[in-house]
Amino acid sequence: MLSLTHFMLLSGALFAIGVAGVFVNRRHALVLLMSLELILLAVNTNLIAASHYLQDLAGQAFALFVLTIAAAEIAIGLAIVVAVFRSRDTIDAEDLNEVRG
Amino acid sequence: MDLQVLALILVGAVGAGAVATGLGVRVLSPKAATLLTLAGVGTAFVASVALAVAYAQNPEPQAFTLYHWGPGHFGMKVGFLIDSLSVVMMIVVTLISLLVHVYSIGYMREDPGYVRFFAYLSLFTFAMLLLVMADNFLLLFIGWEGVGLVSYLLIGFWSTRARAPSAGLKAFLVNRLGDFGFLLGMGALLATAGSLDYATVFVQSEALAQQSSPFPGLSALSLICLLLFVGAMGKSAQVPLHVWLPDSMEGPTPISAMIHAATMVTAGIFMVARLSPLFEGSEVALNLILLVGGVTALSMGLLGLVANDIKQVIAYSTLSQLGYMTLALGASAYAASIFHLFTHAFFKALLFLAAGSVILAMHHGQDIRQMGGLARRMPITAATFAIGSLALVGMPGFAGFFSKESIIEALAHSDLLFAKPAHLLALAGVAVTALYSLRLWCYVFQGVPRSTEAEQAKERDPTVVIPLVLLAMLTLVAGFGIEAFLYGGLLGDALVVHAAHDTLARMAENWNGLGGAILHGFATPAAGLLMLSLLAGYFLYAKGRAGQLTPKTSRLRSVLLQKYGFDVFYEHWVVRAAHAVADVCARTGDQRMIDGLVVNGTARLARRAAAALRLVQSGVLGHYALAMLLGLIAALGYLFLRG
Repeated sequence: MLSLTHFMLLSGALFAIGVAGVFVNRRHALVLLMSLELILLAVNTNLIAASHYLQDLAGQAFALFVLTIAAAEIAIGLAIVVAVFRSRDTIDAEDLNEVRG
Repeated sequence: MDLQVLALILVGAVGAGAVATGLGVRVLSPKAATLLTLAGVGTAFVASVALAVAYAQNPEPQAFTLYHWGPGHFGMKVGFLIDSLSVVMMIVVTLISLLVHVYSIGYMREDPGYVRFFAYLSLFTFAMLLLVMADNFLLLFIGWEGVGLVSYLLIGFWSTRARAPSAGLKAFLVNRLGDFGFLLGMGALLATAGSLDYATVFVQSEALAQQSSPFPGLSALSLICLLLFVGAMGKSAQVPLHVWLPDSMEGPTPISAMIHAATMVTAGIFMVARLSPLFEGSEVALNLILLVGGVTALSMGLLGLVANDIKQVIAYSTLSQLGYMTLALGASAYAASIFHLFTHAFFKALLFLAAGSVILAMHHGQDIRQMGGLARRMPITAATFAIGSLALVGMPGFAGFFSKESIIEALAHSDLLFAKPAHLLALAGVAVTALYSLRLWCYVFQGVPRSTEAEQAKERDPTVVIPLVLLAMLTLVAGFGIEAFLYGGLLGDALVVHAAHDTLARMAENWNGLGGAILHGFATPAAGLLMLSLLAGYFLYAKGRAGQLTPKTSRLRSVLLQKYGFDVFYEHWVVRAAHAVADVCARTGDQRMIDGLVVNGTARLARRAAAALRLVQSGVLGHYALAMLLGLIAALGYLFLRG
């Protein structure tokens, strides 16, 4: 039987993979976006598991909100990536440091 | 009409004239400015006469408040006090001011600053009216500072002249010295009596006399009176704060008449008389007043013997006469002091305006050595000047005689410690007054003309001559007010005199009418000195033997020419010390603290903080992600540890 702990572990693992993705891959903007998406999914998993466990639908409602925001965010993110690629012919995050103080 | 309404019309008319002219200084024509200010001052004079008539019918002192601008019980308010003293002062101020306004029409006719001059003149009158009508120290102080400010503006009026701006500044700064004492006095009053309202303070004078001050042997009341008197010394130009008055002759002559007769220098005398309930309780202060007044009366008169500027001679005579007024205050003969102020206002305004007429005729030459023989060329000026001079020297029957003789007699009746020396100083002053007056008369009006200007001098302007004639007539009759002022209790409801000091009451026992006083006047020591002095002066100046005496008296003469070294002293010690202090303040306070620490320091702080913070913004995405992660861990860790 799957318990809450298993879901927690899964979501923790997803979160860790997402964070690791951000740090290990520093260059490719698309992979960065995917890693961020993974972090959000980890949060969602957590929310849904807890919601089921507590028999409270509020958590699932939150998960829906997060999904919506994530979709919007990825749409903007992809648009930025495309725009950057068009103007600079690269989406290497390391090279995008013009706003350095 | 109601007293209060009249008082408001009085102040309001002058204030409105001054403000309207001042605001319109660029657009008003000279004629419009004349009309505006004359209407204001004329209305004020009519109102003051109406006020006097109304007050005479129902002599009940009235205090009323227009509005409070601070906690009421501190006396922070615009409130007016109408009693006999303020009514007398209102008449003197508005009358002299009106005549000076008329005189200025002719005197300033060709001056480019005509409109500005009239605005200042009215503002001067307005400030003085505030001063005399106030029912609390703060409003008095506002008027006090007002006349100080306008005197600065007017003395330095001809700002292109070499010495006028510095003379104006000198007047302002020396007055600040006095005002410092006055401010301290007000502070002490507020601390001890808890109010700056006359009525509230006066009822506490007995209690204040019992209270001790930080200085041993000095009651709180004495300390307050001494501090307040320092203010009076500055305003009324008493030694050693007299140095600004001779220099103030740089201003236009009508201003000299205003300052000396109606506004400004009489303020200190008025203030002490107004505060008689306080000063009566402090014999220490009264003794000091006697000393200062006596020294001023004699020493400043002596300076008149060597001055060669026609206005400066008259200025020294004012200083000397102010000394007499101060002497009277010290002898508790407040009424005599105000009476001398009253007569002096007329004859001194007359002398100045006559001198102005001479100066106009001399094309703004003021050196008496260039004049001579003007009596034939300027008969009206000469006649009026003679009347003024006779009043000044105290010739029996003339205005100055009644007031000055009363002061000298009051000194003889006073029991205070310094009364005897002060009496002698005052008597010596009579001789000196006669001497310099005769000298001035001989140099200016007698003999032969000593310059082409003097040969061609003549009276031209009716607006210059008419005030002279009016003032001469007023001078002739002013002295006959003696019975009302001194023995009729005219000022009784405003002045407080303790029985132990009541010199005027002692004099009243010997009073036997005007005629008796004049007859008696020829038999007093003062009259003897006066005659002797006039005789000596006749041989010295009219016979032209002054030159022969010069070598013998050269040492005294050089002391007098240096004006006892007061100017040098101030230059060397006070001015230099002030410069040193200002220098330190400028360098540490202004340059280091304000400029360095506050102004530039703020900019420096922002720059350094930014330099440190810009390192954080690396532009590398990983750094930001790391920072977010660390922040997350820190936040979670905090929640976890807190439990």
